[in-house]
Amino acid sequence: MESREFHIVAETGIHARPATLLVQTASKFASNITLEYQGKEVNLKSIMGVMSLGVGQGADVKISADGSDADEAMKAIAETLKSEGLTD
Amino acid sequence: MSKEIKGIAASNGVAIAKAYKLVDPDLSFETVKVDDISAEKDRLQAAFLTSKADLETIKAKAAEAMGQEEAEVFTAHIMVLEDPEFTGAIEEKITTDQVNAEAALQATADGYVALFEGMAADNPYMAERAADIRDVTKRVLSHLLKRTLPNPALIDEEVVIVAHDMTPSDTAQLDRRYVKGFITDVGGRTAHAAIMARTLEIPAIVGTEKATTEIAEGDLVALDGMTGLAIDQPNQEEVAAYQAKQTAFLEKKAAWAKLRDEPSVSADGKVFTTAANIGTPKDLPGVIENGAEAIGLYRTEFLYMDSAELPTEEEQFKAYKEVLEGMQGKPVTVRTMDIGGDKDLPYLPLPHEENPFLGYRAIRISLERTDIFRTQIRALLRASVYGDLWIMFPMIATLPEFKAARDIFNDERAKMQTEGIPVADDIKLGMMIEIPAAAILADQFAKEVDFFSIGTNDLIAYTMAADRGNDKVAYLYQPYNPSILRLIKFVIDAAHKEGKVAAMCGEMAGDPIALPILMGMGLDEFSMSATSILPARALMKQLDTKQMADLAQAAVNLSTNDEVIDLVKQTLPELGD
Repeated sequence: MESREFHIVAETGIHARPATLLVQTASKFASNITLEYQGKEVNLKSIMGVMSLGVGQGADVKISADGSDADEAMKAIAETLKSEGLTD
Repeated sequence: MSKEIKGIAASNGVAIAKAYKLVDPDLSFETVKVDDISAEKDRLQAAFLTSKADLETIKAKAAEAMGQEEAEVFTAHIMVLEDPEFTGAIEEKITTDQVNAEAALQATADGYVALFEGMAADNPYMAERAADIRDVTKRVLSHLLKRTLPNPALIDEEVVIVAHDMTPSDTAQLDRRYVKGFITDVGGRTAHAAIMARTLEIPAIVGTEKATTEIAEGDLVALDGMTGLAIDQPNQEEVAAYQAKQTAFLEKKAAWAKLRDEPSVSADGKVFTTAANIGTPKDLPGVIENGAEAIGLYRTEFLYMDSAELPTEEEQFKAYKEVLEGMQGKPVTVRTMDIGGDKDLPYLPLPHEENPFLGYRAIRISLERTDIFRTQIRALLRASVYGDLWIMFPMIATLPEFKAARDIFNDERAKMQTEGIPVADDIKLGMMIEIPAAAILADQFAKEVDFFSIGTNDLIAYTMAADRGNDKVAYLYQPYNPSILRLIKFVIDAAHKEGKVAAMCGEMAGDPIALPILMGMGLDEFSMSATSILPARALMKQLDTKQMADLAQAAVNLSTNDEVIDLVKQTLPELGD
């Protein structure tokens, strides 16, 4: 099980295009991947789950991956977060 | 039996084709107990798969017809179908509650819709996501119930679309080759469907109140977009009559086409400018085809609305450059961002307002969010070297607002000159006249601006204090009311006194009743839907400006909208045909 915390800097938070790409990235991996924010945990492969958290600017979120490709999944997700300007 | 249906004439032309009803079928169902859980899950799976296949086809069609960006909304829909939590929750409900797939789907979707709508107050973007879920649910439900949902993207024969109303996503899917006309139950000449029909040059009638109940799927329909009349199941004679009208319209159109490269001159030789209103560079072919002498209004809102984030300087620069280059040195008037609380921008959360049209919008946002405004100004300045650029600010109410906007423009121009970025030195700066306060003080504004552009839709709404979208008060949308005509005359005279240009952008500029009066008042530039330009130019050629000046003088001294219409029709009986 891999876990990492991220600080969201994007003004819009996790919405629209970045959310879509994040879910698409997560869906490429076999591992169970979750996004945790304010005590609520959702499946990162679920667009509706991700949206329902309403992650805004300045949020601290935790992403965890559990499975054979957890390591790679975490790397790819961190990259997407960065390239979409969600994290620094 | 043939039946006549009357509505508002919204887009010129005549069409005779089969009705295609863009109306949702009855998707009601009963909640029932099921015994075979796995068979029910299979039904659900199959409905999801078919829905996904539909959406892939629609997405491809939309991308082909409207571009990749417009098609993105369907990606969002497909992702909802692929959401493992969504399908998981529905399957679980089927299992634990032992209910049919329809009931489980509806209950699960309703839960998400309620959740997202609850979040919409803080984040307007969530309202759109709720709408996405509703749309997708409708599609899956239609497959479960084996009822066909209309798929306008998949039309492959000539049809007249019959709808309650048409949304932008409906029109995005239409194929011009097959869609010969529209008829809707609601809306006026300025409704989205009407504007879209004119842009696509498709004959249309709106506001019939009953088209969807009177016309059955597949009925032959004849419609005349000039008179606002349609006939459901016309008899042979009626078909022949509409065919004759169609031929006459096409002949007239051919005669107009000959004016494409002719100047816009009155019978007594006074030269005017007939210009086009556009929303995106994609409108350019229509502008050129219709012989526009300028672009009188480039609405830049679409750059902001069609995007998931603030458009960058580079994106904006490319769009402005494309339009300026496309016009080959002819003037292009760009209106800076005109956005307010009635439009949801995911990246620019605006507070919900009681009265968005009297609220925080347009230049009021630009002068506070100067970061957004400066980006737009820089993009415009960079593009200025590719043509004849005019810039105007929307919703100016006071002189200090205009000066503040101009200061920012000058500041950015000075910065770019220091940076060594080439900028044209003859950019014109003007303002929209749409707030009565600005119209009444036009003599003072005229000393500061290079030009005015009268935005009639808003000027009328603000002067009459009536929202033209509200059926109950739509009668107050009175473009020929002498109060409006006096304001317009005052603005034109004020501009001319200072040697400045008076333009008009808005439906009124291309309106055959208003045009003779406006010519008589000496309006310099008439900017309208591209398809109205050639008919307007043809009309101008027939009119003498001295006689029209007398007509305008008489009109402003009348007391009602109807009296003005009667006066114009009496003076110019040939307008009737």
